[in-house]
Amino acid sequence: MEKFEKLKGIVAPLDRSNVDTDAIIPKQYLKSIKRSGFGPNAFDDWRYLDPGEPGMDNTVRRKNDDFVLNQSPYDTATILLARENFGCGSSREHAVWALTDFGFRAVIAPSFADIFFNNSFKNGLLPIALDAAVVDDLFKKVHAKSGYKLEIDLTSQRITTEEGDEIAFDVDEFRKYCLLNGLDDIGLTLKHADDIRAYEQQRKQSAPWLF
Amino acid sequence: MAGKTLYDKLFDAHVVRTENDGTALLYIDRHLVHEVTSPQAFEGLRLADRKPWRVDAALAVPDHNVPTDAVERARGITDPVARIQVETLDNNCTEFGITEFKMDDIRQGIVHVISPEQGATLPGMTLVCGDSHTATHGAFGAMAFGIGTSEVEHVLATQCLIQKRMKNMRINVEGTLGAGVTAKDIVLAVIGEMGTAGGTGYAMEFAGSAIRDCSIEGRMTICNMAIEAGARVGLVAVDDVTIDYVKGRPYAPSGDLWEQAVNAWSDLHSDSDAVFDKEVHLDAASIKPQVTWGTSPEMVAAVDANVPDPARETDTVKASSMEKALKYMGLEANTPLSSVAIDKVFIGSCTNSRLEDIRAAAAVIKGRKVAANVKLAMVVPGSGLIKQQAEREGLDKVFIDAGFEWREPGCSMCLAMNADRLEPGERCASTSNRNFEGRQGQGGRTHLVSPAMASAAAIAGHFVDVRDF
Repeated sequence: MEKFEKLKGIVAPLDRSNVDTDAIIPKQYLKSIKRSGFGPNAFDDWRYLDPGEPGMDNTVRRKNDDFVLNQSPYDTATILLARENFGCGSSREHAVWALTDFGFRAVIAPSFADIFFNNSFKNGLLPIALDAAVVDDLFKKVHAKSGYKLEIDLTSQRITTEEGDEIAFDVDEFRKYCLLNGLDDIGLTLKHADDIRAYEQQRKQSAPWLF
Repeated sequence: MAGKTLYDKLFDAHVVRTENDGTALLYIDRHLVHEVTSPQAFEGLRLADRKPWRVDAALAVPDHNVPTDAVERARGITDPVARIQVETLDNNCTEFGITEFKMDDIRQGIVHVISPEQGATLPGMTLVCGDSHTATHGAFGAMAFGIGTSEVEHVLATQCLIQKRMKNMRINVEGTLGAGVTAKDIVLAVIGEMGTAGGTGYAMEFAGSAIRDCSIEGRMTICNMAIEAGARVGLVAVDDVTIDYVKGRPYAPSGDLWEQAVNAWSDLHSDSDAVFDKEVHLDAASIKPQVTWGTSPEMVAAVDANVPDPARETDTVKASSMEKALKYMGLEANTPLSSVAIDKVFIGSCTNSRLEDIRAAAAVIKGRKVAANVKLAMVVPGSGLIKQQAEREGLDKVFIDAGFEWREPGCSMCLAMNADRLEPGERCASTSNRNFEGRQGQGGRTHLVSPAMASAAAIAGHFVDVRDF
């Protein structure tokens, strides 16, 4: 996994609540058996005017010019700003892969759906939940100035605005540690293999029908 | 000391170790695997030269991509991309030694339908699957939740997951449901009340006399959609209904082990003095048949209501979502829901494709015909065994005589990964779980309803109150 320490980048405003994972990456692209290549189809139904299918050349498809990610400079944004309950719906990790493949490294919203939130940390995408009023204020700033940038520092858990204001954010200690170091948590868990075996031994006694 | 909630009992029984910040390593008893969210996980194992920790805990089945057309199934999947994905599952299961019910197996079906049917879902288990509707299995007093592909790989490699304890919520539904009102209407009403993020961060236990009165199939429908209220985990306490359902199933314990298991399962309920972080109360008798009108499951109303008016919503973010939804759905505010005409009907999905659902739908259909304006009405049973049993009861004939198509099992038009889908602008009465934009096909318009309501709509050609039908 790619490390996440600091990020300064353009913020793309996606002014919608309940952005679901079906919208982030529609079902037809889930047939892929790879982890990469989903970026051109992120938000496919909103981004293109014609229906998309896997294997199409996306560069020749008709783009929806009204959609924020088709507009410059948001096509090079690395931070996505959205409303409540971002990433709800299906557990598809392809949604996170589509966002990172597009170029996003962080998503800021008032709240996230649990599975999406969890999947993000496994792929070096930092989801930041901020107070709805703070997010609303960021929307105003971003709408007022195209190409508005934020700087995110994971170590100090702070976002710095262009005006120099600082916004603190929460992140679980363990997740922060994995993200800062780009750690694969399977390797970490396997360090506790003896504990897992001990649990299994005890469980075979107390609930033998599970084995 | 206060008693424990069911969720806390299940969590505590599966802790392998706990970190200082409260993060726990949880042991996973059952891992369900399907073709869409597993190929990258198996590939990850191969790249790291890792072996599955415990193959007998895993059970695999292809369901999302499989055709529901008998001819295509016999011939092999036409879509080459989908075919590769199903073959990849077959190959991975063979390579790693995981039991799989392949497409031609009578036990094949939707992963959340076949596991309970086989007794592979047991009370007291931790159960995961790379699918958000894994919450379904909570109907058995099991802690079941959906995971992403990285976590699928994590469970394959370690039989564990790194988890934080969720908060506890209890939804109390007391009283008796009216005639024609079903488990689906209960859960849609709950989502309408809570909102799609109301349960985020919580394990949601469903309790009260109306839940106890539900069959295990109805409880599965309710827990299945806990995720649509934001809760990864849905739960119902174990009672005789649960035990009677599990008994004698192929993967269930038998003999002395059965007695031992039943004895242990008797503790799988929240203690009477357990404290919940949040409690919600609903009166079962006041729940009417529900129909969603928007593009999020929380956008739901009783069938006798009108399409709501964004102009009357004071929250501007909400009003803007409502406007977007109505535009997408092609609906005018203040229109009676019962006047909305439909193009297609889908009876199926992990929410409503079990025998009880098919029987309820058939009871409404019997002796009637699908309306002329309905282009396609289809029933997709949840498993090969359900299909077989329904055919023994002659239900396939009831549907076919009425003008329905009777299909092979799979996820089908719930998410339209196979050929079953809506065309742009088409409107569907669907027994599935999500009415998101494009969920059943790009530009398609989904209205979520119960099987009885979907059947009534198929006959009438528009939504109709099944209680008057």
